[in-house]
Amino acid sequence: MRGYVPKYQLITPASLDEALAILADEPGVWKPFAGGTDLMVLLESGNLHHHNYINIWPLTELRQIEVSPQHITLGALTAYTDIQANPILRSEFPMLCQAASETGGLAIQNRGTIGGNIVNASPAADSPPALLAYDAQIELTSRSSSRWIPYQGFHTGYKKMQMGADELLTRIRMSRKTANCYHYYRKVGTRKAQAISKVCLAAVGSTLDQRITDVRIAFGSVAPIVIRCLRTEDALRGKTPGNQTTQLARETLVNEIAPIDDIRSTASYRLRVATNLLADFLEQLQLH
Amino acid sequence: MNAKQTLSLKVNGQSRTFESYPMARLLDVLREEFALTGTKEGCGEGECGACAVIIDGHIVNSCLVPIAQVSNANITTIEGVAQEEQLHQVQQAFIDHGGAQCGICTPGMVLAAVDLLARNPTPNEAEIRNGLAGNLCRCTGYMKIFESVVKAMNR
Repeated sequence: MRGYVPKYQLITPASLDEALAILADEPGVWKPFAGGTDLMVLLESGNLHHHNYINIWPLTELRQIEVSPQHITLGALTAYTDIQANPILRSEFPMLCQAASETGGLAIQNRGTIGGNIVNASPAADSPPALLAYDAQIELTSRSSSRWIPYQGFHTGYKKMQMGADELLTRIRMSRKTANCYHYYRKVGTRKAQAISKVCLAAVGSTLDQRITDVRIAFGSVAPIVIRCLRTEDALRGKTPGNQTTQLARETLVNEIAPIDDIRSTASYRLRVATNLLADFLEQLQLH
Repeated sequence: MNAKQTLSLKVNGQSRTFESYPMARLLDVLREEFALTGTKEGCGEGECGACAVIIDGHIVNSCLVPIAQVSNANITTIEGVAQEEQLHQVQQAFIDHGGAQCGICTPGMVLAAVDLLARNPTPNEAEIRNGLAGNLCRCTGYMKIFESVVKAMNR
């Protein structure tokens, strides 16, 4: 049953500074509320247990995309529609654009934000695998400080994050060094739009003289968190793509991920599809 | 318990000032406060698009929008698509080509198509399908809906 609406508070600060001040003055009392595409679903099912929210959606300072020669930096409120429309993201970070285009439908993409997708901390989220494969960094800001940390390692367990109650995820940054990479993003769900993934792979790789020089592999929906598969990457680095390498990658991956049975799929299906996607990525990388 | 707040916004060109709890769904305010019952509730969780409205030029599911987030916004519902007696080309095409069956998905489908054609007056097949991808029709009359949009585009 829907949560009782009068019990919920949603206040709108005039600025980012004011939002940070509210978070700092009463730590844990207030939580940020962005596009609402996840939180309103919880409200509807009666599972929105926290009651006091700060409406950060109108803070346009968090919706900018900044480009420098080294980086592209996205405000945390950048919506999926904004991501798909950005020419630099389209040409240099295509997996992020594809993730954005395969999240929900247009009405969701107009409201869903990249920052919300991160801090909602779903292991089935669509953009985090791409962010992990692109080695993204995230900025956490409080009233008194601001820090950039690698996105990898931010999620420490199911719905757990390295983030203080007074901190807000403000920006996401990626290095513009993807020019020679092959990018592979594949979300497997029940239908093309409006589906939550059963398995999702985002991977980038590059080869030199038929050897894998650089490879980054991230999966969604196969562990309690969206996971970067460092052991599989280590096993692949320096190898020549081919049947033997693919077999080694499959065996390593099986020991690195821990899919479960749930409402959307089964552990055995996910394991099989995950290893098949990895094999497909390596085959495409070889042809690249 | 929190107090109701006084909020203002514009619906179909008309200014409205009203009292509401900030987390009230836009969908409920439209239907219950403004009696604009053309906006339908399907799933209530952003999956089906039956409650779609256009907020400041963007198609959005009104079941997922707390009313405090549309303070001072400009909202178009299905009731605001026709210009007085003159139906929108998308509405006329849905009538002429069997785009509506039971009718529950129709307001959302029409708004999705209106939004699509406003952004892209000559969409290709893939763009039409993508534009309608967030709207589910449980009568499964998708081809008629798709054809209606094609016909509306050519009007």
